[in-house]
Amino acid sequence: MNTPLTIGQLQSHFNGMEQRRRLYTAVFLGASLIVFFGGFSIAEDLNSGGFWQGLAKFFDFPSQIIQDTFAADDWLITVLEYSPAMLETINMAMVGTLFGAVMAMILAFCSSRNLGILPGLVPVARRLMDITRAFPELILALFLIYLLGATPIPAIIAVMLHTAGALGKLFSEVNENIDRKPLEGLQATGASWLQRMRFGVLPQVLPNYCSYALLRFEINIRASAILGFVGAGGIGQEFRTAISWGAGDKISALFLLLFLTIVVIDQISSRIRRNLVGGAYQMA
Amino acid sequence: MTTMTLDSQASRLRRTHGEVIRKSRMAAFWPLTSLGIVLGYLVYAWIAFDVSGVFGAADWNRGVLLSRDSFHHKYQVSYSARQDEVSVTVEGDRNTEQDPLPSWVTTDGDSYRVSLGGRHIVTFATGRLDYTAPDGSTYAVRVTQDGVHVNGYRAFLDDDNQYRFVPEEQSGNANPLDMDELVERGILPEGSSFAPTKFEYAPDFYKTMRVTRAQILVQRYFFGWEYFWFGPKSQLHGLSTGALWDLAWSEERIDPALSNAEFIFLEFWRNPDWQHNEMFIALLETLLMALLGTFVAAGVGLPLGFLAAANFNPIFASRMVLRRLFDFLRGIDQIIWSLIFIRAFGLGPLTGSLAIAFTDTGTLGKLFSEAIENIDSKQVEGVRSTGATAIQRYRFGVIPQILPIFVSQTLYYLESNIRSATVIGALGAGGIGLKLVQSMQTQQDWENVMYLIVMTLIVVVSMDIASGWLRRKLINDRG
Repeated sequence: MNTPLTIGQLQSHFNGMEQRRRLYTAVFLGASLIVFFGGFSIAEDLNSGGFWQGLAKFFDFPSQIIQDTFAADDWLITVLEYSPAMLETINMAMVGTLFGAVMAMILAFCSSRNLGILPGLVPVARRLMDITRAFPELILALFLIYLLGATPIPAIIAVMLHTAGALGKLFSEVNENIDRKPLEGLQATGASWLQRMRFGVLPQVLPNYCSYALLRFEINIRASAILGFVGAGGIGQEFRTAISWGAGDKISALFLLLFLTIVVIDQISSRIRRNLVGGAYQMA
Repeated sequence: MTTMTLDSQASRLRRTHGEVIRKSRMAAFWPLTSLGIVLGYLVYAWIAFDVSGVFGAADWNRGVLLSRDSFHHKYQVSYSARQDEVSVTVEGDRNTEQDPLPSWVTTDGDSYRVSLGGRHIVTFATGRLDYTAPDGSTYAVRVTQDGVHVNGYRAFLDDDNQYRFVPEEQSGNANPLDMDELVERGILPEGSSFAPTKFEYAPDFYKTMRVTRAQILVQRYFFGWEYFWFGPKSQLHGLSTGALWDLAWSEERIDPALSNAEFIFLEFWRNPDWQHNEMFIALLETLLMALLGTFVAAGVGLPLGFLAAANFNPIFASRMVLRRLFDFLRGIDQIIWSLIFIRAFGLGPLTGSLAIAFTDTGTLGKLFSEAIENIDSKQVEGVRSTGATAIQRYRFGVIPQILPIFVSQTLYYLESNIRSATVIGALGAGGIGLKLVQSMQTQQDWENVMYLIVMTLIVVVSMDIASGWLRRKLINDRG
């Protein structure tokens, strides 16, 4: 057993720790300041326009948009004219999410250790999910646009693959956290593997699956809109055209549509999700 | 037990607990109906997106070309009629002129003999190209006054906009043959394209030839990225790793001003073909965008989060204003912010980081204010009971409670922002994303595209791993 410390030793030990802690804090703050100011000045140098000159022009573009909007007489008609493009983007996200979620489900069942399919499949499925998740949608979409032409389908496939990876990971976490008792009960009745999954696992995981998929759907609407910017159709493409023309009234119309869609879908899906899982997975 | 009693029991159960049976029937009804709805929707989507049309029109050959060009480089032997000279280059880049000629190209001064591998042999001279296939059949392509002739035949466009072929000595276009007939008679190789002024043929993916009036071009593909380490003009090109290692430590300087190791590094770094230095700067720009943006967002989001938390700011109206501000910042996508900022600040990482900072101030501010509202007030009360000032109460009562959330959320957003910085960059803010899109849009240097993609993936994945590790470490350390 160690000899007990005297009060003095304890004191000096405490002071030492305190000082080290202060040093860490100072180093951390110093490093943060260096990152901030250093980063800012590098970024400022690399940027084609400066920060301080830009600040003066900051409101030029927004104010031009607002002026154009009030100057246009048929602005509401513009909004209506763009709704098919918005619908296309929503459809892109929907189809991508649907297929992506189905793929994610298959991957999740293959990658959950506790469901006992083929143990050899687990690492394969996990790596597959890691790869699809890490691959940026934009790059995939650009490749597919080169192959398939500038249509919404490249965007759908890109969204789908990314969704499969992202949702697959979440789904497999849900799978691994299930209560095993229903499974054991079913096994005791002599249920087959499929029956065990259908009656023991699915009822437990389906609400969470749906909730995650809805959340992903919201994310995918944004992603599909963005992919439109590189030529995949939908509202993103219209956006790009409107911005390059500098047509303020069209920009604001598209903006309103996108914003409204996101808000409405956000509201609907958060209500459904609350019903599904009792509000437990609001911030996933 | 007899059947009678079982039946009566069943009917009794149905009478007393009918809702159970009805419920399970309903339970069977909904999955089927929703499956039907989904299938119906997919049929609609199939039609709306014209899936079959798009896949029908897809150019799969491009996919093959793309994957070949990503991992191969091509040597091209070309004869230009205008300059009346033959050159052997890599990827058609004049800086890569091969002298001496590679072993598979030989010349007797007048004509050139190109062995394309696999007993495919091309010989050419001014105005003529002869191709010998492995099976011994030969095809003589001649450039004449009126165009390109193959094995004594010339092509013309008929009234139906189809190419037809007649013997070259025939003056009119009577009794023309079509492509299949020419292939059948062994006049044209299968899969070639023959037009009045152009002959093109690719025996397989690794060799192509093209004859027009202005140019004769023979290409041969090899695996790998040529000139990846050192450019064509560099004297280090072609040295083995061992030779380079020896050179790096040898006393005799190549360039008197630099040590050999430095010289070798700079030759690699400033390789004009692959531009490693520019690539590095672009990567740095992307990282900087994400880092600076997240940093500003966290720094601004934290105080705003305090102001938006009900337990620290008693004024309801100002809280509401802040909350709506968060919603506004979050609701507008990073891409749209960056498009607004490009107008004001020009292209570059500053624009990208501002876009990231704006969106994430909204997200992090909201998260932080929620975390602050959920803190345990006992700790604050304890600090207060010692007579601490307001600042001390925050410092010792609140900050320790929200620090793990602050750190982990900030790191999490940093991770995702590196991904989004690529996207924002691609749409104009600069960095690796912009380089990627630009090199993809030129649609020729696919090996450069592949290099960029590999670099991007390495950065994204390694940042994911690093931040995940840091997050776990920080959170575990704090219990």
